[in-house]
Amino acid sequence: MSNENDFQGELGSHRPYLLRYANLQLRNAAVAEDTVQDTLLAALKGEQRYAGRSAIRTWLVGILKHKIVDAIRKQSRETTLASDPGDSDRSEFDHLFKADGHWQESAAEWGSPERSFDHKEFFRVLEECLAKLPKRTAQVFMMREHLGTPTDEICKVLEITPTHCWVLLYRARMSLRACLQQKWFAGARP
Amino acid sequence: MIGMMSCREVSELASQGLDRKLGAGERFALGLHFRICRNCARFNRQLELLRRALQRLPDEVTGPREGVQST
Repeated sequence: MSNENDFQGELGSHRPYLLRYANLQLRNAAVAEDTVQDTLLAALKGEQRYAGRSAIRTWLVGILKHKIVDAIRKQSRETTLASDPGDSDRSEFDHLFKADGHWQESAAEWGSPERSFDHKEFFRVLEECLAKLPKRTAQVFMMREHLGTPTDEICKVLEITPTHCWVLLYRARMSLRACLQQKWFAGARP
Repeated sequence: MIGMMSCREVSELASQGLDRKLGAGERFALGLHFRICRNCARFNRQLELLRRALQRLPDEVTGPREGVQST
């Protein structure tokens, strides 16, 4: 039926976007590929459930998010917990603070978000900064901020404690903040 | 004790505030600290900007190149 082909074609057209989305999260091209494949298959099977209620991309991303979390769960079971040594060590931030806990350097005013978000270049820089995070840190951070997964669910999936989770998220934010400051805000940017 | 938080402690708590519901005492202490500490107030706004940026990331990066409409 041509209707069916239309739907397949439509699904296929979202593939690059989904791949990109999965890659940002999983950092493994092969796993991302599989995850997107699973998503499209599930979507094909679930065509009748789509029913045009939401934009098709939103619907696909909804399926993809579940597949991504499944993939992360699987990865995390297969790799040992020792993958990120010093996971809850906070001494890496020592240089940012004085001994009495005050900031070593004053924080810069970044201005309104829109001033940065209006520039495509800002997001490229952000991606560059994300790529520098240790894998596990990046995964936790992306699950939290990008997929919007609640912390307790992240803990369950990765089998880590909430405290550990908060440390990883803090680490990610501190690192991204420093990277963005250096590569974007400190420059002659708007 | 909580009213005497250092900037370092505030930065950790502000980050946690994005991931769990803070207690009333914690929120009060943070608010108080932000009012008197410009650096921490800025830091907190930086975290918020970061969160909003991440939510927009995939669309910003792929949208235009592909030109696929979602509607």
